[in-house]
Parts: sequence; C-alpha cells; structure tokens
Amino acid sequence: MEIVLDNLDLVALAFTYTVLLFLIAGVLSMVFGTLLAAMRVGPIDVLNKATAVYVTLVRNTPLLILLIFFRIAGPKVGLKFGFVEIEIGEIRITDLFTACVVALTVYTAAFVCEALRSGVNAVPLGQAEAARAIGLPFGGTMRNVVLPQAFRASVPPLASVQIALLKNTTVCGIFGVSEAFFRMHSFTNSEPGERYGIFISFAVIFVFLVEIVSFFANQLERRWRIA
Amino acid sequence: MPANVLFDSPGPATVARHRIYTVLAVIGLVGVLAFVVWRLYANGQLEYELWEPFLTPAYIEALLVDGLLVTLEMAFSAVLLAVVFGLIFGVGKLSDHAWISWPCWAVVEFFRAVPVLLLMTLVFYSYGVNHGESGAYWTVVLSLMVYNGAVLAEVFRAGIQAVPHGQAEAAYAVGMRKTQVMNIIMLPQAVKIMLPAIISQCVVALKDTSLGYVVAAPGLTAVGRLIYNQFENQVPTAIVLAGMYITVNLLLTLAATWAQKKFVGEKKPLEVSAVGHLDDGRAV
Repeated sequence: MEIVLDNLDLVALAFTYTVLLFLIAGVLSMVFGTLLAAMRVGPIDVLNKATAVYVTLVRNTPLLILLIFFRIAGPKVGLKFGFVEIEIGEIRITDLFTACVVALTVYTAAFVCEALRSGVNAVPLGQAEAARAIGLPFGGTMRNVVLPQAFRASVPPLASVQIALLKNTTVCGIFGVSEAFFRMHSFTNSEPGERYGIFISFAVIFVFLVEIVSFFANQLERRWRIA
Repeated sequence: MPANVLFDSPGPATVARHRIYTVLAVIGLVGVLAFVVWRLYANGQLEYELWEPFLTPAYIEALLVDGLLVTLEMAFSAVLLAVVFGLIFGVGKLSDHAWISWPCWAVVEFFRAVPVLLLMTLVFYSYGVNHGESGAYWTVVLSLMVYNGAVLAEVFRAGIQAVPHGQAEAAYAVGMRKTQVMNIIMLPQAVKIMLPAIISQCVVALKDTSLGYVVAAPGLTAVGRLIYNQFENQVPTAIVLAGMYITVNLLLTLAATWAQKKFVGEKKPLEVSAVGHLDDGRAV
C-alpha cells in the first residue's frame, strides 16, 4: 500500500476527476432524463413512441460501446469536442473529458427517464381520477396531485441510478481520463506485489462515496415520507 | 397510470393543437435522422468497403463464434456462479445468528458498492496475468460473479421476504425447524418470484462483459477492436456491435417479461433496495 501513501496527491486528483464526472453527468442526465420522461408521459403519440425506442436502444447497449462511439467513432464523423479547454489548478477539462461526460449523460438519462416513469406509474390511479372529479385541469392535476407523489415514489430508483453512474465513471478511465480506475490500474501495474493494499484503499474510498450518495437519498426519502 | 386519466378527451381546439405538435415532432425527428445520415454520408462512412467486413462470411463467423458466443458463455457462467454466491450470502444475511448475518451483510454491501473495473484489475493481476487468454476470460467471469453475486444476494433476500408471511408461520406451527422451513417452504416459492430479476441480471452481466476490453479478454468488443484496427471502420463497427448487444439484451428482456407473466402473474415485480439502504425488513 506504500505506493498509495506515497502518491496521495495523485489519488486525490483521481478522485476529484471521479467526483467531477459524477456531478456534471449527474446534473445533465437528470435534466435530459426529465425531458425524456415528459415526452414519454405526454399526449403526443409520436414523441411517446420515439422516446420509447430511444430509451430501449440506449438501455440495452453497454456503456463501453457508447464511449467508443463518442470517443473513437465520433471524430470520424466530425463529432469533436475540441472547443472545451478549461484548466482549474491541476484539473484539465479537455475534449476527452467532455466526450466521456456526454456518453455518461446519454446513458444515464435513459435510466433516469425509466425511474421517473416508474415513479409516475406508482401513483394510484384514484388520485388522478379524484383530481379530475373536482375539476382540476391538466396543469393543476400534475402540479398539485400527481407530480409531488411521483417524485416521492421515484427517489429510490433514482438513487440506484445515480449510484450506478458513480460506479460507471470508472469506465472513462479506459480511455485515458485520469480518474480512480486509471490511477489504480497504473499503480497496480507498477507495483503488482501491493495489489491487495491498493485495491482495498481505492475500494474503501469508493464505498465511502457511495454511502454519501445513499445517505442523501435516505434523508430525502425520510423527509418526504408521509407515514 | 394511463395518460387518458391525466387529461380529458381532447376537444376540437386541443385536437388541432396536438395535430400541430405531432407534425412538428415528426419534422423534428425526421430532420435529426436525416442529419445523422447526411453526416455519415458526408464523411464517407456509408462506403461499401467500410461495411464489407460485415458481409463477408469469414468475418461474420469470427464475429458470431469468437465474439458473441464467447461473450454469451462469459455472461452465463458468471450468472450461474453468481446465483450460487448470491444464494449463500443471501440466506446468510437472513440468519438469526449475528456472527453469520453481519459478515454476510458486510460482504454484500462492500461488493455492491465497488465498481466492477476495480475488481477486474485486482483479479487480473492476481490470476489472469499468468494465464494468457483463458486467464483474461476467467478474470471477467470471476469479477462478474462477485459483483452480480452480491446483487443477487439482495434479490434472494427480497424474494424470500416476498413470500407471504403466513407460509412460514404455518410451517413453524406444524413443527418444522428453521432449516426445513427455509428449504421446503420458503426457497421453492421464492425462486418463482425471483426468476424475472435473475434474468434481468443476465442483461446487466452481458453488458458488463464488454468491460473485459481493459484486460484484453476475448469477446465481442475484442473482435470489434480487431476489425476496426484492420479496416479503419470505427463507425460501422460501433453500430454493428451496438446492434448485436441490443438484440441479445432485448431477447433476454422478453424472456424476463415472459417469466414475470407466467410465474408471478399480477403481483408486483420484486423491488430490491439500493446500496446502503438500511431495509427495515418489511416484505416487498
């Protein structure tokens, strides 16, 4: 484990990239996923079916194929992200980072859409019927009756999806982003004898990050609980 | 809930408005598709010579046998082993003896929270590095076994808790001991409830076999990399690989839906708690 303790700054940088990837992709995927869910639940059939096809395609493709598409196949059709060049201290946000964020967003948004849709479907039918019966229009039904209950019901699946996103940021390490998996792989490559120590240290930090996300999800669930 | 409960039957003004939206949506979608096809064409990605490998029998055979078959073998071996792993740790978590249930809980939570790639690196440098290609194959299978086993342990626990409580109570009333209740009454009924979730986990395992890319494991992505390195046809290869994964995963999802309808019927599908969620033990 000495190599980890000797290079704590590299480890900290790696986990900074991990957290950055997670936060940016998380927020973007929530926005995009909400949009997809709105199209999926809406009255326009064409959008409904098109979104269903898109979500099915993306959910059944491995993340690696999406990353290969955005990183290796994309530049061949002119899909480059070279316009992004930000440097904050030691953190460099390049076209590679952007391609990874876009791939993660596209992948996770499909799962967010399904999670939100399962939340909407969990609201009992009688709620919407009662809302119509007292004369609420569509906007009022959604805003006052359906959506609050839907958000409450969709918190557990959304938490699972975001935890899966946190773990999926490791796949970006395959393409060169120096985040946690990349750093662990390079440490283990240089010091194979210490592989167990390296694994335990990186795994413990990951478990810690996952527990933080899970803790926030639990707190949210508890705050919104009705019974 | 069906959308027709949320909004009334549309009146004439709304029908007209929806018609406009539909036309705009169709124009938008067709526009996006046309743009994508135009970009592919403008960059020469629709040339026959880029797609030729996928129409040549030798390469199709390599793709299907060396690629798809190996990937399916890896995924199914991993899931079979994971079922055993999950059974042991899932039942262990439900044990009344704290010295069994707490270590089982710790193992399951740990392996659910650790990314698969970290596991793969550890297993590769412990075992795979010395065994060449079959080493890489078993690296992928072992790491997927551990990760999916931890997830399946949660599925087993949720499945056993989904069996109606009266079954266990009646068994205890008749005089059966704990092990008999578990083996004769609970597990057989729980397996029916868990089958759709296990088949869904096969989909996850199949997608995760693609991560064998990082340890140079055989499989669909490895064959794909060989093809695009040789022919410089990254875009067609990515499209074909995605298509193959999607087809197999859709078939598996259909199997899971069929199993859900046949064995579980109208009851709710299994809900497995997220990582770190301290389940208060209520039945699903």
